[in-house]
Amino acid sequence: MIFVLEKREAPSPLWRWLSPLLAIALAVLAGAVMFAILGHDPAAALYVYFIEPLTSAWSIEELIVKATPLVMTGAGLAMAYRANVWNIGAEGQLIMGALAGSMIPILTPGWNDPLALLAMLILAAAGGALWGWIPAVLKNRFNANEILTSLMLVYVAQLFLDWLVRGPWRDPKGFNFPKSVTFEGWHVLPAISGRVHLGAILALLAVLILWWMLARMTYGFSVRVMGSAPRAGLFAGFSAQKTTTAAFLLSGALAGLAGISEVSGSIGQLQPSISPGYGFTAIIVAFLGRLSPLGALFAGLLLALTYLGGESAQLALNISDKVAQAFQGILLFFILASDTLVNYRFRRAASREGRT
Amino acid sequence: MKAPDETSAPLLQVRGITRRFGALVANDDVSLSVKAGEIHALLGENGAGKSTLVKIIYGALQPDSGEILLAGEPVRIASPAAAREMGIGMVFQHFSLFEPFTVAENIRLALAADEDKAALDQRIREVSRQYGLPLDPGALVADLSVGERQRVEIVRCLLADPRIIILDEPTSVLTPQEAGELFVTLRKLADEGRAIIYISHRLEEVRALCASATILRHGKVVDSLDPRRETAASLARLMVGADIHDVHAAPPPDMLGAPLLHLRDLTLPPDGPFGVPLYGISLNVRAGEVVAIAGVAGNGQRELFRALSGERLAQGNGVIFIRGEDVSRKGINARRRAGAAFAPEERLGHACVPLMTLSENIVLSRHATGEGLVRRGVIDYGKAREICDRVIRANDVRGADAGKAAAALSGGNLQKFIMGRELDRKPALFIVNQPTWGVDAGAAALIRQQLIDLARAGSAVLVISQDLDEIFEIADRIAVISRGELSAAQPAGELDREKIGLLMAGAHETARGAA
Repeated sequence: MIFVLEKREAPSPLWRWLSPLLAIALAVLAGAVMFAILGHDPAAALYVYFIEPLTSAWSIEELIVKATPLVMTGAGLAMAYRANVWNIGAEGQLIMGALAGSMIPILTPGWNDPLALLAMLILAAAGGALWGWIPAVLKNRFNANEILTSLMLVYVAQLFLDWLVRGPWRDPKGFNFPKSVTFEGWHVLPAISGRVHLGAILALLAVLILWWMLARMTYGFSVRVMGSAPRAGLFAGFSAQKTTTAAFLLSGALAGLAGISEVSGSIGQLQPSISPGYGFTAIIVAFLGRLSPLGALFAGLLLALTYLGGESAQLALNISDKVAQAFQGILLFFILASDTLVNYRFRRAASREGRT
Repeated sequence: MKAPDETSAPLLQVRGITRRFGALVANDDVSLSVKAGEIHALLGENGAGKSTLVKIIYGALQPDSGEILLAGEPVRIASPAAAREMGIGMVFQHFSLFEPFTVAENIRLALAADEDKAALDQRIREVSRQYGLPLDPGALVADLSVGERQRVEIVRCLLADPRIIILDEPTSVLTPQEAGELFVTLRKLADEGRAIIYISHRLEEVRALCASATILRHGKVVDSLDPRRETAASLARLMVGADIHDVHAAPPPDMLGAPLLHLRDLTLPPDGPFGVPLYGISLNVRAGEVVAIAGVAGNGQRELFRALSGERLAQGNGVIFIRGEDVSRKGINARRRAGAAFAPEERLGHACVPLMTLSENIVLSRHATGEGLVRRGVIDYGKAREICDRVIRANDVRGADAGKAAAALSGGNLQKFIMGRELDRKPALFIVNQPTWGVDAGAAALIRQQLIDLARAGSAVLVISQDLDEIFEIADRIAVISRGELSAAQPAGELDREKIGLLMAGAHETARGAA
């Protein structure tokens, strides 16, 4: 029996919400196959991967810590993608934000009060926004594809961080390890409970503010209009160039904030690698969350679980923690595939017998 | 080609065709028969089921029930390819040509067989000479006029030597002269014994060209008749089912007010590879009058609308004035605040966001007009809903409520909504591109009356339209746009179709370096 895809008359609201669930189910299934091929009992491996991390208070805290940068960055990316602006370089903006925010503990270590912390956060948002502004300018001026430019800037940022911690920003008393000074006092985001720090509250606030902007404000309205019907957007008086710039500034600022919250709240110093690809995983968070800031909250928690699962699988089953990245890739693949069902439906080809 | 044989069965017979789309019955027990050598008109309003019927005949849709007979033999037409094999050809309303390619390359793409290039060029020349459709196989489609592009489509169809030819609104984009040439070709094709199904809105044309007609209304055949024995009014009554509401145009006021729109030598380079440049456009539209801009599609109407609305800014100051204010370098919302309102041609995707609700689409054009819909960057959706309900009530927008998506409305009702959204602001200047394109006769009459009423109440109205009937119905003065140049606006009473046709063909154009 042959099935053909047929365009729906209108996008299906039901499948908009069923599609991510289907994608998760298919990704878990594919994960089971993957574990079986690696020679492990799929049921036991899936338990270690997805359930065990949720069974202790310690690991729930760790889940929130890992979800914090994902949610913050993912919610910003969701806004950009809604406006049809393809910022793929959140990882770079996250790093540059972390660097900008770290200027205070590293360059002015004597300034250590709540205002210094606030300045760190503001600098981080500005640094991320500035790094995001570059692809926006290149797109507006030269019509350069923002997917490529924003992605390439990630590598520039990573190498810049690497050079800083090995060179000018290396801790002089750090036995030549490529690390900066350890942040202390008000240079560290205050903890809320265990390892969970203030960044989690900031992420939650970002989600709520973005959600309200999208639902109620003219800016959010322009994002939705420019994303779904650009010509109608021009008719409304919105500018395509300003939309691109605003989307990059906003998503870049949130990525930068995520960067400093990770460095100041979790790691406590700069080192050659400060993110296990949060900026890229946030792309999956945005899509799994249906490009809605609230959706990014739930999707961020789920993707954080894949990081934790990867770690526990490494400990318990001796599988490489690269399996987390494989899972994330499989998940994105199935989300994009399932999303076809929002606009299309399967129909049996049998009713078109006699086709030539 | 066999000679027509009066005694044999009709070349094409359609019996009891029914086709449903969900709850809508697009074709309800439709029958029709066309003899060899006959030009048969298919008449009906938009949405009457004409397109569905010809798509079924051309194999692009399958009927739910009913049968099709070719020369008396029942057949199943499974696909357009099968239809072409059986000798059925179709010329579509919207051209499907690739602009960067030559005529011959475009035709070659549509032919199944791999044919030698020289032989194909030769065949194209033969067919085009034989039927009076002059074409250069080596010409780029991008350089061709709309009439020439249509010739490419017709020649492409004729190369397969079809017995039955379907034409979907072939004259809607042609000048009167070009249409006249097309009729000569069609008569010749019919005289060879081919059957032609001719879809058109233009009743005078049908009366001149066709010996038989089938009229559809709401998917049913209401009559089969000889259009030459009818008047245009009686045909229109059959199509619409009731007397069409006459648009009442009061005589233009003796004293017109100040110019509310003033254009002074508006010149703009093309906005893209296939855009039309605007050249030296000057025009005044005064309070109390309706000025119409006629022209064949693709002669700069879209570009002119973009320049007037402010979606594209003029290159310098002192070019566009609205109510005396120089808005040449100001965007669409500043022009709205100066008192203007705009309604673009394309309803979905330009005038409205298809998947947004009607009340969100109210916000689309009115969020920055200074009427308090937005306060400190926050949209008052409650107020948008109020405006939306008011617009729906005042304009008889059927099947609508504030929470429904724009895409869910029919063309006519959505157009009424769009016009209502702008009229509700009581604009001093209203600029409309194609106000009734693809809209049913009832809605069209209502919209035209609204435009006249707005002018008579002291506003200035500028209508860009390709529909000459519409223009003569509502315009006080008429200008013609051709290749980006605008003729002087003349009082409607001093113009007739012949004169406008000549202007459409470019009689007023200045000799500009390279044409």
